Amino acid sequence: MEQTAAVVQAGLGLKERKKTNKYRKYWPLMVMMVPGLLYLLLNNYLPMFGIVIAFKKINFAKGILGSEWVGFANFEYLFKTSDAYIITRNTILYNAVFIAFGTVLSLACAILLNEIKNKILVKFYQSVITLPHLISMVIVSYLVYAFLSPETGFMNKTILPWLGIHDGISWYTEDKYWPVILTLVHFWKSVGYSSVVYFAALLGIDEEYYEAARLDGASRWQQIRHITLPILTPVVIMLTLLAVGRIFYSDFGLFYQVPMASGALFNTTATIDTYVFRGLMGNGDIGMSTAAGVYQSIVGFVLVLFANYMVRLYNKDHALF
Amino acid sequence: MRYSKRVANLKNESVVLTWFSHIVMFLYAAACIIPFVLLISASLTDQDAIIAHGYSFIPQTFSTAAYTYLYERGADIARAYGVSVFVTVVGTAVGLFVMTLLAYPLSRSVTPHRNLIMFIIFFTLLFHGGMVPSYLVYTQLFHMKNTIWALIVPMLMNGYFVLMMRTFFQTTIPGALIESAQMDGAGEFRILWSIVIPLSGPILATIGLFQAIFYWNDWQLGMMYITDPKYFSIQNLLNRIMQDIQFIQTNMSSNANEAMQQMPTDAVKMAIAVIGSLPILLAYPFFQKYFIKGITIGAVKG
Repeated sequence: MEQTAAVVQAGLGLKERKKTNKYRKYWPLMVMMVPGLLYLLLNNYLPMFGIVIAFKKINFAKGILGSEWVGFANFEYLFKTSDAYIITRNTILYNAVFIAFGTVLSLACAILLNEIKNKILVKFYQSVITLPHLISMVIVSYLVYAFLSPETGFMNKTILPWLGIHDGISWYTEDKYWPVILTLVHFWKSVGYSSVVYFAALLGIDEEYYEAARLDGASRWQQIRHITLPILTPVVIMLTLLAVGRIFYSDFGLFYQVPMASGALFNTTATIDTYVFRGLMGNGDIGMSTAAGVYQSIVGFVLVLFANYMVRLYNKDHALF
Repeated sequence: MRYSKRVANLKNESVVLTWFSHIVMFLYAAACIIPFVLLISASLTDQDAIIAHGYSFIPQTFSTAAYTYLYERGADIARAYGVSVFVTVVGTAVGLFVMTLLAYPLSRSVTPHRNLIMFIIFFTLLFHGGMVPSYLVYTQLFHMKNTIWALIVPMLMNGYFVLMMRTFFQTTIPGALIESAQMDGAGEFRILWSIVIPLSGPILATIGLFQAIFYWNDWQLGMMYITDPKYFSIQNLLNRIMQDIQFIQTNMSSNANEAMQQMPTDAVKMAIAVIGSLPILLAYPFFQKYFIKGITIGAVKG
């Protein structure tokens, strides 16, 4: 008994010594990480505690700590209005459309790129279709304005008269058109980018698969159906599930800049992010928008965990954690 | 006989599919470019022609008046460019520096508490406090409102990039190389500076490029933290001009006429957007190769 105790003690001592040695030897590695970790602490972790402000009545004069506790009052107000329903509906529906149709379009585009054997042209197409992704949403809003401006836009002045409609449409005050407009703008900006992601997955395919298929008399369509698509499936499933995990977040710039923050379009263009931002900038209720932000953070977190769980079920190697 | 006919059929089908692919991709590529053509053409059209015919793809009456007007009022634009360039250069350089310093030790198995630190970084990707708490931290605690730092600090680091860098270091820098440098008596900082960084060109270029694009395109930080036009980036200037125009249009008051005369004309609106997007459009041919490579790296490693 005593002997084992002594051995254990000696072992502990050794371990302890090893540990201090490790610190002594590798302290420069620890020092290197200090600035980055300090930054994460201040920029990412400190605001996490800021979530408590959703349970307070914010009073800038008294500061965050001095503001009065109000429990769930902010949440109650938020969910009593129709706002909560509208922003949740818009955020989820837009994302659902973007995920479903976006995936199909990007896949189609990647497959077509894969059918083009001229390397130089493939590079050219790739470069051009990813260009919209590089442009800031502010510029995109100007591009859209060039088409939709009520007095001078290309739609009202050229396209609609061609179609025999001479009364221009007041695009920025009629909300029924915006689901289509925003979806088109989103695809214009992002399909090229994601098709390059899928196309990259196709570059790894051994040309021999196709050769063997051709020898067996497979048509091009059969090759796509039985070689190309199965290879893309894991990537598609993974990216889709990750996008589902982010379904509570919206592309803020798209929904804020492109409709020019027009209040008349609230019903079809407001998402959780734009709602929080408006509240913060003083065009709405700060308490309610803070509550909406917390609602987003928490539901979003649960959804990411859920999506990751689903990816794990499908294939452990693709899971984030 | 039958076999050769079948081969001929397959060939035909193949040609059709190839042509179909070219046509679709060509049309799609055109759709990506066309809005810019409209923008540029509109900026080069005479004001009266715009009022009569609207913005169009070929200027009805060619005019460079918009650019002359902007040239005369160039001080604001030059200043906004200066802010954008400063923010992009400083933010990208400092960000890369801090991220490399954090990612490298995480790629070494000897670093104490490696897993804990990995988790600390990873968790920031899953959960965040949101816009309002961040805003309060930067304005109430650090008093960064209306300083240039408000445009730089909130975007300095991205956990995802740190993890990408760490994977790159781990998979491409041979452990033997680091060990032999240690044998020769090189310290950790020296190893990072003279061995790891020179071998990490591709990942540093990719992440640096993405960071630079994020900084150049950012307008949200400016909208949240900057009210003083002195610190407007080019994106915020564009935003402000559009807001001013809308404000005047929706609030026609007694002195609206006066305001209308000082206000940029329809061509000028477009000309400013051209000037705002020009740097990226001009630089793109030179960096598109790295950009596309970067998308691929992110996709594979992410």
